Amino acid sequence: MWISFATAVATITGIALAAGLLLGFISRRLPGHSEDLVEQVNELLPQTQCAQCGYPGCRPYAAAIVDDGAAINLCPPGGDETVRRLAALLDREPLPVAGSLSPASANNVAVIDESLCIGCSWCREACPVDAITGAHHFMHTVIASECTGCELCVARCPVDCIGMAAAR
Amino acid sequence: MTDLILILVATVLVNNFLLVRFLGLCPFLGVSRNLEAAFGMSLATAFVLTLSSAVSYLLHEYLLVPLDLEYLRTISFILVIAASVQFTEIMVRRLSPLLHEVLGIYIPLIATNCAVLGVALLNVQEAKGFAQSVFFGFGASAGFALVLVMFAAVREKLISADIPLPFRGTAIALVTAGIMSLAFMGFSGMARP
Repeated sequence: MWISFATAVATITGIALAAGLLLGFISRRLPGHSEDLVEQVNELLPQTQCAQCGYPGCRPYAAAIVDDGAAINLCPPGGDETVRRLAALLDREPLPVAGSLSPASANNVAVIDESLCIGCSWCREACPVDAITGAHHFMHTVIASECTGCELCVARCPVDCIGMAAAR
Repeated sequence: MTDLILILVATVLVNNFLLVRFLGLCPFLGVSRNLEAAFGMSLATAFVLTLSSAVSYLLHEYLLVPLDLEYLRTISFILVIAASVQFTEIMVRRLSPLLHEVLGIYIPLIATNCAVLGVALLNVQEAKGFAQSVFFGFGASAGFALVLVMFAAVREKLISADIPLPFRGTAIALVTAGIMSLAFMGFSGMARP
């Protein structure tokens, strides 16, 4: 009886082990043509999904860099550091960050004029990095250390109470 | 050869898994909202079903039967299905990232598709050979694909139709599925299962 029990356990364990090893082997060894490079570029981007580069998010931008030869200096949240790393990875010339905003804006943060805030929470939903805090119907504020200065919240505010200021 | 073709006809039309045996209804209702996702889901399911019915047949015939462990077939088939779903996910992610974005959340759901386990168990119960098992699995997935794509097309048309309020959404979808099932009953008697 114990022998048949042991065989049953060993069989199930063996099947599971074989399946696991096979899957691990396949996912390691399968060649993934240009996909891997897109994945590597995507890793280097800051994942703020702020769309300041003109693409819908970080991964589409990574795909555009690899496949369409898009410029590598369009990412203001990543700053010069990201451009340097991308340049090293892709063997291209490092360029100063040239996003849709002025060069200095990479150091800006959003500031909510709290006396005007109506607590609509639209800015909180627009923020790609969760740098805006506040409950619905209550005053909202910006966590300056988290803000990347992407200005996505500015346009969303219905009472125009968000401005940009130099980071302290 | 004839019996393989008969198996195909029987599983695609006569004993369609969705509309006659009523297996795999969750993806049938869940993924039929748009035609593109339905196509992708059918392809992924076809791949998983054929692969898992072949592997589970071999497993049953050459491991469970010799070891006298037939009572373990359900749990070992579930393992095989889970592994082939994972394999499909890896393949889809590597070969077509676009399809992976469309199907991403549905691929793991194939593991819970009862038609997949149903096919594997029916294969063993009816003691088919290897080729028959593979054709049975492929036919089942082809029937699944046919009905899923047809149903998705009907549902896309239904969006713009003027449906009475109480029937909107899932209600009219289930009514549609019932009518399609009635239509498929017309095939019964064409071939033996």
